[in-house]
Amino acid sequence: MESILKIYNVEKYYGSRSSLTKAIDNISFEVDKGEFVAIMGASGSGKTTLLNCISTIDRVTSGHIFVGGEDITKLKGNSLNKFRREELGFIFQDFNLLDTLTAYENIALALSIQNVSASEIARRVDKVAKELDIKDVLKKYPYQMSGGQKQRVASARAIITNPKLVLADEPTGALDSKSAKMLLERFDYLNKELEATILMVTHDAFTASYASRVIFIKDGKIFNELHKGDDSRKEFFDKIIDVVTLLGGDLSDAL
Amino acid sequence: MLFKLSIKNIARSMKDYTIYFFTLILGVAIFYIFNAIESQTVMMNVSSSTYEIIDLMNSMLSGVSVFVAFILGFLIIYANRFLMKRRNKEFGIYLTLGMSKRKISLILFFETLIVGCISLVVGLVLGTALSQVMSLLVANMFEAKMTEFEFVFSSSACIKTLIYFSVMYILVMIFNTYNVSRCKLIDLLNANKKSEKVKLKNPWLCVIVFIVSVSALGYAYWCVTGGVTDMQTADKILIPIALGAVSTFFIFWSLSGLLLKLFMSMKNVYYKGLNSFTLRQFSSKINTTVFSMTIICLMLFFTICVLSGAISIRNSMTSNLKTLAPVDIQLDKTMDISADSGYSPEIIDDSKISVSETLDRLGFDTDKYFKDVIEFDLYASNDILIKNTLGSVYDELVKEFPYLYYDDAETFIKESDYNKLAKLYGLDPVYVDDDEYIIISDVDFWTDIRNRSLEKGTPITINEVSLTPKYNECVNGFVYMSSNHINTGIFVVPDNVLNNMPRESEILVANYKANTDEEKQEIENMILATENSPYAQNTDIEASSKISLYESSIGLGAMITFIGLYLGIIFLIASAAILALKELSESTDNKERFKMLRKIGTDERMLNKALFRQIGIFFLFPLVLAIIHSIFGIKFCVYILQTFGKEELIKSIIMTAGIIVFIYGGYFLITYLCSKNIIKER
Repeated sequence: MESILKIYNVEKYYGSRSSLTKAIDNISFEVDKGEFVAIMGASGSGKTTLLNCISTIDRVTSGHIFVGGEDITKLKGNSLNKFRREELGFIFQDFNLLDTLTAYENIALALSIQNVSASEIARRVDKVAKELDIKDVLKKYPYQMSGGQKQRVASARAIITNPKLVLADEPTGALDSKSAKMLLERFDYLNKELEATILMVTHDAFTASYASRVIFIKDGKIFNELHKGDDSRKEFFDKIIDVVTLLGGDLSDAL
Repeated sequence: MLFKLSIKNIARSMKDYTIYFFTLILGVAIFYIFNAIESQTVMMNVSSSTYEIIDLMNSMLSGVSVFVAFILGFLIIYANRFLMKRRNKEFGIYLTLGMSKRKISLILFFETLIVGCISLVVGLVLGTALSQVMSLLVANMFEAKMTEFEFVFSSSACIKTLIYFSVMYILVMIFNTYNVSRCKLIDLLNANKKSEKVKLKNPWLCVIVFIVSVSALGYAYWCVTGGVTDMQTADKILIPIALGAVSTFFIFWSLSGLLLKLFMSMKNVYYKGLNSFTLRQFSSKINTTVFSMTIICLMLFFTICVLSGAISIRNSMTSNLKTLAPVDIQLDKTMDISADSGYSPEIIDDSKISVSETLDRLGFDTDKYFKDVIEFDLYASNDILIKNTLGSVYDELVKEFPYLYYDDAETFIKESDYNKLAKLYGLDPVYVDDDEYIIISDVDFWTDIRNRSLEKGTPITINEVSLTPKYNECVNGFVYMSSNHINTGIFVVPDNVLNNMPRESEILVANYKANTDEEKQEIENMILATENSPYAQNTDIEASSKISLYESSIGLGAMITFIGLYLGIIFLIASAAILALKELSESTDNKERFKMLRKIGTDERMLNKALFRQIGIFFLFPLVLAIIHSIFGIKFCVYILQTFGKEELIKSIIMTAGIIVFIYGGYFLITYLCSKNIIKER
């Protein structure tokens, strides 16, 4: 399998020499094309920092991150922006939709900043809306939508550019359980049918159980790794819970 | 402790306070500059008649200052309210930490105190510096000779500025205390979380509202231009003003919806780069800012009219003088006063002798001091009133302009006298046959009225001689010297027709026998001195001289210019500051949005372009409409002030444009740079 994301000895330190915090302490792993990987960890384990480094929102202290063979830790300025808009798709916990734009316009924005023509935009938005089941909210504004709808709109925005990698930061964090389940099924669909590579950060075992692989992080280090293999989702969920129990009580608030 | 917190707060929010500071400093400086004019004029070496005008100007300037103080006070409280709103969360945190409201008020009190002191000091320093430049302008305006440069510091203006602004700051403090005492903790903490509702307006409603308001505005425009002749009383101007203001509001209201619809239908434009974002930003905010945009538009309109009006009045007054006061002196005296008029017998006797004889009796030697002397009579009779000369046009005119005086006697001049005068004045000579007459006029309004009757060939009868018009329109010209166009119509008729007409007055025009300005002034002083001669009370001779006309006119022009500049600049600053503050106060919302756009990979250049456009549209929108308003507003001003002439309008419009570009453009630029700074990544 071709590897889309290669993380190589990445370290991220905060603070000064006297009080140094190692948010990420020498982490290395790879994500293959078409994989759906979840990163789990308690609050403060460094999982969001890791995601921020991959998404180039934050910079690593040392180490390298390769996306599709390109070392993104070397990118600067506008080539960073270009990388972000062409190679990555983002899904955030708090949706990050523009409240002044309709769902359609929010999704279209990802394409229009790449100078895609209006007719092409219309065609692709239509297609992605069908896949994510949001055709009937396209004309609505964020404040008129439910949390689940908003997150699916955000997902549509993330994948419409056909990114190499979709990054999701606690995508179910602000959703009720029903909406969360619906969203995760969509993720599953995107992953299996459209072969989208997804890297998701979560502290919720249920959410993680939809992934094909789960990487556990504790205090900035990789603690464990689980492959779904041929397990059913339920069996995979139980395995995750076992690891979570090992990790400590912090994650016991899982479903 | 609290004081320290206040200082830190100000230092921290310097970014937000930039425009506020800038505006305060400008306000203080301008207030000082215009109040300091008084002390500058005291230093000047000008004649006594100019002093009278300067006195009048200074008292008017200080009157206007009160009005200006109100505007600035309003602006400061408004700006302060914006800044407070932005800090709701901060106050919320203070309250949760257990700080009492009294202490928060105290923090705000210190903050206002610090901001006030700094702005006053900086503003006064800036004002003092700029007022040195102003003193050059003042001297130039009054055409006073500046022998040497003198540094002027006006302590009275300084004290006045301190008092006025202290009152304003105290008001702000009271306002803040009141606001803090009223607020609730939950609202403060949630202040930023309220999500904005975007209501799209019904496009058809927008179209209808737009059409209605544009036609209303069109009607208002017509009222002040095409239909201006219907405007007979001052209160009638209120209708187009009210119409204009209301339709301005609805044009902004409907246009925001319409423009968005229009651009949305142009898919290739709308979905290009950040266009959709920019347009939505614009339309989401215009919903809430239509009202303030209207106010700003109207203030800009006022500014443009006042500035260009004031400058052009001054410019045309000076240029008018060259043509309208062609000789050094003109003396006129009422002739043949009837015995039962109630005048003293001496004056009645005096009214039978010529002007030069009267001068002689006053002890003034005309031969010695005057050259190019022309003496002539004007005739008028109660048998020939204005209404008699209008013929069949009279009836319609009474309906149209009922307020005009149709019962005044017309004035006549002999053809030969007029041509002598015309030669001296540099006017075109006129020739009439024995049965013809010509009307000389230079007031556009009256020229139009008289032309209507001349076109019909209306005949007039003098001493049983019937005359018909030679031309079907008036000839441009005048008899009396003046600083502006005042000749509403004088009839030039064949000499012999007037032989038995009663004389109205006798006029003597002449130039001084002098080569230099000083010699001319000496002769002028001699004429003025005749007032003290024993014969003076036996005559009611009147003099108007080139020098006195010049002095009063430059004085008046300077006065109008200064008051216009003062008001115009203050209005301009106020409107630009409101816009800038509004834009900046929304930059917190924008910050989040731009952060998001950055996350999905938008180029920095694209973001800056979007920001530039967004702010640009907000500044441009009211300005464009204000300029359209002003085209008609200035036309109306020209009509109202037509006696002042319109020769210098273009020059004054260019100067106005310069001032607006400088101040308004400056505010735009600062707003853009500040906003750019706010949305910048950490």
